[in-house]
Amino acid sequence: MTNNRSWIPYLLILPSVAFLGLLFVVPLVQTIWLAMSDNGMPSLANAERMVNDINFARSVRNTFLLTIVVVPVQLCIALVMGTLVAKVGRGRETILWIWTIPLGISDLAAGLVWLSILQNTGYFNSALFGLGIIERQASWLSYQTPVALFLAIAIAEIWRGTAIVMVIIVAGLNQVPKEFREAAEIFGAGPWTRFWRITLPLIRPALQSALILRTVLAFEVFAVVYALGGRNFPVLVGEAYYWQNQNQNYGVAAAYAVLIMIISLAATLVYLKAIKVDPERLP
Amino acid sequence: MANIVIDRIRKSFGSFEALKEVSLTINDGEFVSLLGPSGCGKTTLLRIIAGLETATSGDVRIGEKSVIGLPPKDRGLAMVFQNYAVFPHMTVYENVAFGLRMQKAEDRRVKAQVEKAAGLLHIEQYLDRYPNKLSGGQRQRVAVARALAVEPKVLLMDEPLSNLDALLRLEMRTELKTVLQSAGTTTIYVTHDQTEAMGLSDRIAVMHGGVVEQVGSPVDVYNHPATRFVGGFIGNPPMNFIKVPVANGQVMAGADQLAVPREAGNEIVLGLRGEAVELAPPQQGLEMKVRVAEPMGSHLLLTGSIHDQPVRVILPASETVKSGDTIGLKLDRNRITWLSPESGKSFPAVAA
Repeated sequence: MTNNRSWIPYLLILPSVAFLGLLFVVPLVQTIWLAMSDNGMPSLANAERMVNDINFARSVRNTFLLTIVVVPVQLCIALVMGTLVAKVGRGRETILWIWTIPLGISDLAAGLVWLSILQNTGYFNSALFGLGIIERQASWLSYQTPVALFLAIAIAEIWRGTAIVMVIIVAGLNQVPKEFREAAEIFGAGPWTRFWRITLPLIRPALQSALILRTVLAFEVFAVVYALGGRNFPVLVGEAYYWQNQNQNYGVAAAYAVLIMIISLAATLVYLKAIKVDPERLP
Repeated sequence: MANIVIDRIRKSFGSFEALKEVSLTINDGEFVSLLGPSGCGKTTLLRIIAGLETATSGDVRIGEKSVIGLPPKDRGLAMVFQNYAVFPHMTVYENVAFGLRMQKAEDRRVKAQVEKAAGLLHIEQYLDRYPNKLSGGQRQRVAVARALAVEPKVLLMDEPLSNLDALLRLEMRTELKTVLQSAGTTTIYVTHDQTEAMGLSDRIAVMHGGVVEQVGSPVDVYNHPATRFVGGFIGNPPMNFIKVPVANGQVMAGADQLAVPREAGNEIVLGLRGEAVELAPPQQGLEMKVRVAEPMGSHLLLTGSIHDQPVRVILPASETVKSGDTIGLKLDRNRITWLSPESGKSFPAVAA
């Protein structure tokens, strides 16, 4: 019986394997080949062209800068939100629902929302003018105000992407029995000690997942930047887009895509090493 | 070391009254169990004493000082939880040391205290392991060691043995008694298991529906239950309750005349422990119809009826009674409890 049926599991996973192969592995191999070849011959010409482009260094710097600023801030806010919502009794579901609304908005739409707030004739300027803080329209999103532009993009990204971190953190917090915190409280740990020494170590798996997911997504930032800053603030995915669409150079675009993938994989590895999850030390 | 005074504590959750004016005094160094079925309010009372829950009204004093409003850590107590709550990300050593670390005790004292507590609970060989490598019983030892390491004035235990299997529970019970006797800490122990409460406690507070029904020594509570609930909850088999007619201030039990309290009306409830009887010739004793006789080896368990009311009695294993027999029972006068059929409360004992 069992021998006759040994092929059934393989049959069952066949559709998903075929799906992955067709839509993931094949394009991946094609992209890598596209990036590493020139006129059908293996070549590093595309990579060279990418690295020597005037926007390359800026886009690498901007992408890393955004990730380094946005991800930790999102993690902190998500931890605060998760802890707050854990203390709420009634209306918890409603609060969670409202907080996750940004998750349901497409990133380009989110970018446009923030554009309508921050552009020269936007709500932010109107409010400042109404309060008498500024005398004429101020520009926040131009290449002449790089710091304001960076902050605007960071804030929009934080608004857009914190909810997913919070959802994972809340799920992690729900896994920690309340007796751990109560025991810590009985034995003299204050709220801070309880958080740092009990809660945080116990939600390591959730922290790890949230950080990997959020960091990979941060390296792929594009639509919000595109809506708010255009090419005034070059980022890696944006450059891939311009090489593909405007310069019609698929090779260099593919080189960018491969670079982003390598960075994401490296970041994931770093997290897996840095936040070790030892199943022995979990509840 | 400290005594504990629980003074008219009330606790409501919405419209539900979990505790209805509970008062209880626990002496310095005493071991008191809060015993009752689930939902009787015993854990709520313990959590109020611990400071994990706020009472709706009333006062708790530990060592003559009111602790209402104080955070748990300023109450001088330690607690053992039902699910152990041993921190999985710390070694056994750091778990036991946790309370001392929070008190910023110096390393030498921490080491000495941890070793002492670990020695008491026989967990020295596990000190550098993580709790997930330990069995339930070992984890509970860690939890108890963690509590004893801070040398608390008061030790609170919330059903500490109920997650263990039956054999281990018995072993841990005996061991807890030894350990806590030598520590001499005032202990409040919450349990729904009457044998645990009987075996461990100096005194038992039996709780039911948010009220303390009776406080007394195990023997007292067993032999002289204050209410029908207490008699039925404590003891295995539970106390028998037989409604009998009263004539001239007396109840006839076979050939014996038993005097009943003066307050009794036409009927009274005879509370009878299953083992407080002897076999007697059918005409002389109280008549019992035996439905099932179960020889248990150490004793003979009889299930049947007296005055058409269900009873269970225990006779020595040497007696030969078969299912379907009708037998006579001689009651031990000194071990009879008389209860009011209306209120279910017991009358004060009558002088024999």
